[in-house]
Amino acid sequence: MTVSSTATVIAMKQWLEVGKLEDIPALGARVVRTPRGDVAVFRANDDHIFALDDRCPHKGGPLSQGIVFDHKVACPLHNWCIELQTGCAVAPDEGHTGSYPVKVEQGVVYLQLPAAPAAR
Amino acid sequence: MSKEKLVLIGNGMAGVRTLEELLKLAPEHYEVTVFGAEPYGNYNRILLSPVLAGEKTIEEIMLNDDQWYADNHITLYKGKKVVEVNRARREVIAADGTVTKYDRLLFATGSNPFIIPVPGHELPGVVSFRDIYDVDAMLAASKQHRHAVVIGGGLLGLEAANGLLKQGMDVTVVHLLDTLMERQLDKPAATLLKSSLEQRGLKFLMEAQTAAILGDDRVRGVRFKDGSEVEADLVVMAVGIRPNIELAKKIGLHCERGVIVNDTMQTFDPRVYAVGECVQHRGTSYGLVAPLFEQAKVCANHLAGFGYARYQGSVTSTKLKVTGIDLFSAGEFGGGEGCEDVVYKDPGHGVYKKLVLKDNKIHGAVLYGDTVDGAWYFQLMRDGTDVSDIRDGLLFGQAHLGDSGHGGQNAVAAMADNAEICGCNGVCKGTIVKAITSKGLFTLDDVRAHTKASASCGSCTGLVEQILANTVGDYSTSSKEKPMCGCTDHTHEQVRKAIQSQRLTSIRAVMDFCEWHSADGCAKCRPALNFYLIAAWPGDVKDDYQSRFINERAHANIQKDGTYSVVPRIWGGVTNAAELRAIADVADKYKVPTVKITGGQRIDLLGVKKEDLPRMWGDLNKAGFVSGHAYGKSLRTVKTCVGSEWCRFGTQDSTGLGIKIEKMTWGSWTPHKFKIAVSGCPRNCAEATIKDYGVVCVDSGYELHVGGNGGVKVRATDLLCKVETEEQVMEYCGAFMQVYREEAQYLERTAPWIERVGLSYVKQRVVEDAAGRAALYQRFLESQQHAQVDPWAERAEQGVDQHEFVPLKHVV
Repeated sequence: MTVSSTATVIAMKQWLEVGKLEDIPALGARVVRTPRGDVAVFRANDDHIFALDDRCPHKGGPLSQGIVFDHKVACPLHNWCIELQTGCAVAPDEGHTGSYPVKVEQGVVYLQLPAAPAAR
Repeated sequence: MSKEKLVLIGNGMAGVRTLEELLKLAPEHYEVTVFGAEPYGNYNRILLSPVLAGEKTIEEIMLNDDQWYADNHITLYKGKKVVEVNRARREVIAADGTVTKYDRLLFATGSNPFIIPVPGHELPGVVSFRDIYDVDAMLAASKQHRHAVVIGGGLLGLEAANGLLKQGMDVTVVHLLDTLMERQLDKPAATLLKSSLEQRGLKFLMEAQTAAILGDDRVRGVRFKDGSEVEADLVVMAVGIRPNIELAKKIGLHCERGVIVNDTMQTFDPRVYAVGECVQHRGTSYGLVAPLFEQAKVCANHLAGFGYARYQGSVTSTKLKVTGIDLFSAGEFGGGEGCEDVVYKDPGHGVYKKLVLKDNKIHGAVLYGDTVDGAWYFQLMRDGTDVSDIRDGLLFGQAHLGDSGHGGQNAVAAMADNAEICGCNGVCKGTIVKAITSKGLFTLDDVRAHTKASASCGSCTGLVEQILANTVGDYSTSSKEKPMCGCTDHTHEQVRKAIQSQRLTSIRAVMDFCEWHSADGCAKCRPALNFYLIAAWPGDVKDDYQSRFINERAHANIQKDGTYSVVPRIWGGVTNAAELRAIADVADKYKVPTVKITGGQRIDLLGVKKEDLPRMWGDLNKAGFVSGHAYGKSLRTVKTCVGSEWCRFGTQDSTGLGIKIEKMTWGSWTPHKFKIAVSGCPRNCAEATIKDYGVVCVDSGYELHVGGNGGVKVRATDLLCKVETEEQVMEYCGAFMQVYREEAQYLERTAPWIERVGLSYVKQRVVEDAAGRAALYQRFLESQQHAQVDPWAERAEQGVDQHEFVPLKHVV
């Protein structure tokens, strides 16, 4: 993996504790408010955790409010389906929303955010 | 493990579509080899007519080019004819000696044109109309010669004739019978078609039997049985096609007219499958795109080893691909014993419609000139809907039942490319046509997914289906009932039945019992299942909030910017100064940007932040308000007029009755939103006749109306019955709501539900069967015991679902 600068590498390694796994309902999501905008943290039925910008690539709908199934979420505004792993819209719709590394350790959910507020 | 070997004989639409479906399901399962007799890749044979007419090029109708085969690691032998199959050794042998082994063999050999064996049928200048060769031959002839004769006045013959006419030839169509397209049209429609084609310059020789084709080194004319002759430099034989079963027969596969297959597209040799025009399934062979593609889907499912799909036959409709002519035909339009014809005829406008009814169901349809309702009739026919309640207006179309969505546009063939088809999503005709051709779309669902046309309110569905038929060439749908969604093969009704009979009480249990194909279901089926469970076992089932749409999960309406709106319940639309003051205080306290009066006599507070909802509800609860359920598939409002208390015309206390009804019905979940109104006299100021349940007070009692709505398709109610007391109004209301709750499909409003099951059925359940009505009413009241809990109070006071409203974390 090539990285553009050392600063990014350091920033990327900072895991941020955001809450407990049990705080997120299975097949649901919670919002983490950040300076760069809301991030939706999803919990699939198999307890996999994903984090996406809380904005549908279609019309900016809050994905955290959608119905979660398998590793996808249906946007509440116009029903676009977004892949939780990649943030990509399911074909034939086209588009992409930002995704972030997440992990769960001993029931605690950690999220990695880029250091500086990104220009959007 | 080495891959299994799959060999496809026939590089046509059905066979290659099967491969495409297979690649989606099991891309790594097989090593695939394809034999095609033609030197081309796979093209859309059905669009040869527009190519002949110069409206499309060969490139435009190619479906899979060489690159596609390479990309998918498929070995393609173009121009190689398979001459033998050794089923014992599982080997396919081509004419040049190529031997290929198989584990599974797929037959898709298509069909051959039928050539009338009259003298001269092998002369140069005599062609059929089947492949690119034929089209090339016709185009070449049109450049050098003048006179063309097309033998056969069926679909194919007329399309060929139209194409040649467009290429500048003088064209005569010869037909054995006195009716053109006799398999699709009755005499009046065929007469309209003939005169319209004559106006374009086609000539017709009807009831003419070809005796010989004349000429020495090239065709120069056609002679008929009666001795008359007609000049011809080109003769097109378009009298029909026959399944191509030569090879299948030779290798001993059981054939009748076609290769016999079962519902899994398997032939009598379990290693050999067959799809497409060469197939005979349940006694029928198909030559239209949609059935072939459905066969492909089923076949791929079994080749991939999934083993659950079944092909159960298709109901097809026909469409003539002659630009500017709107024609639709489906089913048995010829009539017969026990059939009745219902006919609309307006020769001045070139419109003819005939429906054939048998046992009050549509058996067949022929439409000419105005075909917008073709898709609707087709659906009624396919669903076997009893039309006795709507037959008065049936011929006037769905518009007569209140469809206002397509702006009076009925003839899509004549519409310009920039004409807007879908008003919700702003999609023009040209965009839809382009998506269909460039992405190779064949079904309504495909078009919806790619263009969003007809994907919102659905009122333009008929138009989109017509565009699809015009562009693709034909349109047909499966005869089997539609499954709930892609996650299951079962219909709504089958799933509900399973919930009842198996006493299933959770979504997981339903999915396990009904063998759902996906792990979690999807955003379409989960909300439906949740409702079905709640409706079936009130009190016993745990409401699965993660399977509810956000509005019902958050008990407020999500807005385009992610904020919510709050609508407190205002019983019967009657309020007072204290309540209004409380609402004003709440609006101030939470800085509500917009306050609006709704159409249902309530007040909407818009632009509320999600975090503020529970506290705001708490404040509203203190002033005596509960949730208005303005967000739910549930009882919304009971609209009233002032009635006898104030109005000089009022006959009964409509306001008081409305409040009583709302107190009884609030909080109930329904398949779709449910609105009620009570008007105090027949002037009907509460607009009760466009509500799901409308009460119109008269001096002698109460008229009860059902199945109305405003919205996309305005529909006035049907009169259910008249009753004498308020108690009866309540009982009939509860019973009607309960039968709707128990039997309508999720997201089906009362209007389409009543049109589907028939008003007579609803009357029978709610009016005629007194004991049944009482039982329904009891079940409704029982369900309300569990439903009438204010969700706002639970969340404001008791801390229910706090995670829904509070962010997980604030990162500074």
